[in-house]
Amino acid sequence: MTDLQALLSVQNVAKAFPFPRSLIQRLRGAPAQAVHALNGVSLDVMRGETLGIVGESGCGKSTLARCLVRLHDCDGGRVLFGDTDIATLSGPARRAFNARVQMIFQDPYSSLNPRMRVRQILAEALSVHQMRPADQIPDRIAELLNLVRLPPDAAEKYPHEFSGGQRQRIGIARALAVEPQVLVADELVSALDVSVQAQVVNLLLQLQDQLQLTVVFVAHDLRLVRHISHRVAVMYLGKVVEVGPTEALFSAPRHPYTQALLAAAPEMDPNRRTRRVAAKGELPSPVNLPQGCLFNTRCPHAFERCFKERPVLSAGANGDHLSACHLPTGQPHVL
Amino acid sequence: MSEPVLQVSNLTTTFGHQGSAVTAVDCIAFNVMPGEVLGLVGESGSGKSVTLRSIMRLMPHHSAVTGRVLWQGRDLLQMTEPELRRVRGGEVSMIFQEPTTALNPVLPVRVQIEENLRAHTTLTGAERAARSLELMDLVGISDAKRRLAQYPHQFSGGMRQRVMIAIALASTPKLLLADEPTTALDVTIQDQILKLILDLRDELKMSVVLVTHDLGVVAATCDRMAVMYAGRIVESGAVADVFGEPNHAYTRGLLGSVPRSGTERSPLLSIEGTPPGLMSRPSGCAFHPRCDFATDRCRSQSPALQAMSPGHEAACFHSDRVKAAGMTGS
Repeated sequence: MTDLQALLSVQNVAKAFPFPRSLIQRLRGAPAQAVHALNGVSLDVMRGETLGIVGESGCGKSTLARCLVRLHDCDGGRVLFGDTDIATLSGPARRAFNARVQMIFQDPYSSLNPRMRVRQILAEALSVHQMRPADQIPDRIAELLNLVRLPPDAAEKYPHEFSGGQRQRIGIARALAVEPQVLVADELVSALDVSVQAQVVNLLLQLQDQLQLTVVFVAHDLRLVRHISHRVAVMYLGKVVEVGPTEALFSAPRHPYTQALLAAAPEMDPNRRTRRVAAKGELPSPVNLPQGCLFNTRCPHAFERCFKERPVLSAGANGDHLSACHLPTGQPHVL
Repeated sequence: MSEPVLQVSNLTTTFGHQGSAVTAVDCIAFNVMPGEVLGLVGESGSGKSVTLRSIMRLMPHHSAVTGRVLWQGRDLLQMTEPELRRVRGGEVSMIFQEPTTALNPVLPVRVQIEENLRAHTTLTGAERAARSLELMDLVGISDAKRRLAQYPHQFSGGMRQRVMIAIALASTPKLLLADEPTTALDVTIQDQILKLILDLRDELKMSVVLVTHDLGVVAATCDRMAVMYAGRIVESGAVADVFGEPNHAYTRGLLGSVPRSGTERSPLLSIEGTPPGLMSRPSGCAFHPRCDFATDRCRSQSPALQAMSPGHEAACFHSDRVKAAGMTGS
């Protein structure tokens, strides 16, 4: 279902959020500090695929999602949509891009305007992007509600009358209103109860097939990402450390961080528990990044080169499974 | 078989006044054995945290707790405040979900650990200082001497949770009540904290009640589990038994809602609808509006917990059909 055409191409993107400095600090010449959220990320999103982006909090996955839809402008590098650098878009071209690439947000409580009825929320998306003449908007709203399995009378209700799962459906309907090619879902279900998560995930998978959507699924839940993604990228401190087809990445992870992350996620099988701690230590501060490989402070295999030189993503035996690690490929990693 | 350390029976917690009272925990019973880790699982609003807080009598004034909570033969719910204070934070300790709000932001960590030592031990000042250092080592905080002088904001989330565990362990408790201790943490830090709790359980021979919504955490850490729905325990048993063959339709749906390897991109065995609110508890079996197996009997009668096999109980009229349906799509 995927072909080899990159729909969105992230090329060496960097993004930092500087700390505000007071006048006195500036006069004293205190150094400008910043949170380095993205440190040179390169990644392709293929047409028709689901690309999962996983990592722990602070790894830059949400910042990357926001750069993809241009809610943030990149400090360095570029994001290509087709052949166009999205940073160059303005006016009608930018609006057209926004309609092609839509985002669904994590928090179903703050991402819907509490004073608007669902009908108004959906109609706003339709009229801003001039998707339909005014007289066809009610029909389209009914169609959208049906698409996300909400009853027709939902149109006249306010967001507070819905449960968390239903609100995420409204968020999905709003994103789909403008007939996008790409959905960027940032922690789509992490605010929901387990039983409700499964409903929304089932809906997303079904809509993707029905509407031929390309999905970027950003999440911290490894089981979910494995379930719905064709390819997965693992992020650590603002870098992609490993990317590859889901099955290959989960069955034979190459980067020591991916290995630790997978080992740390509790198994759903009580007969396969282990008492060994998967990864020691904690995430270094994204303000002062380590020299060399960003994982060297926690890596059990780090050697001299890892502290001097930052590894780049490179292919091993299989061309489509990349990892950014100095360790020779094929070396058995024992954690 | 030894005696249980904690016996909870007929525990009921209501909020509000007669007429408008809502029931958060509805007549539940369970035992905790020595050295055992019991997992209390459920979705939001199922009453799992209220259960824990009711046991510790940490409930606000507008609530009423009835039933019995026998701690080594004494009923915690009948104790006077001074008696309770000796047990609470002493023999029975509790850790909370949000270490950021559970720790006092204006006191250094040393003061917060020593506070518990002062309340529950007879150690002298110098001994307390030495014991604080030991506790920091025990929970895996290095450079303990310097760290003790620091304030909670100088610690990361995982380290704050370790500090909270150190405070809870200061009195060498026999029972640790943990309310979603790793929910606010990243997966590699969660892994560290869960394994720390298991190591401490072995080392200090204590029992643990772990409240969580994450079935993976239960599978990885608990010996027995109790599944809660709408204020009641609907299924309980050894973790391997419940995961191996759920007897209650809700447990089956909950386990099926979690993706497993090998079934990628196929529909998950989800549960329709949402958990009921406290104000709108359905009649009969509270799960019936969401249940694929429900019959008229489920709508009118409330099933009681029944032993399905030794040590494995479920409150479901149709557990035979649930078992026969297995874990494949409904």
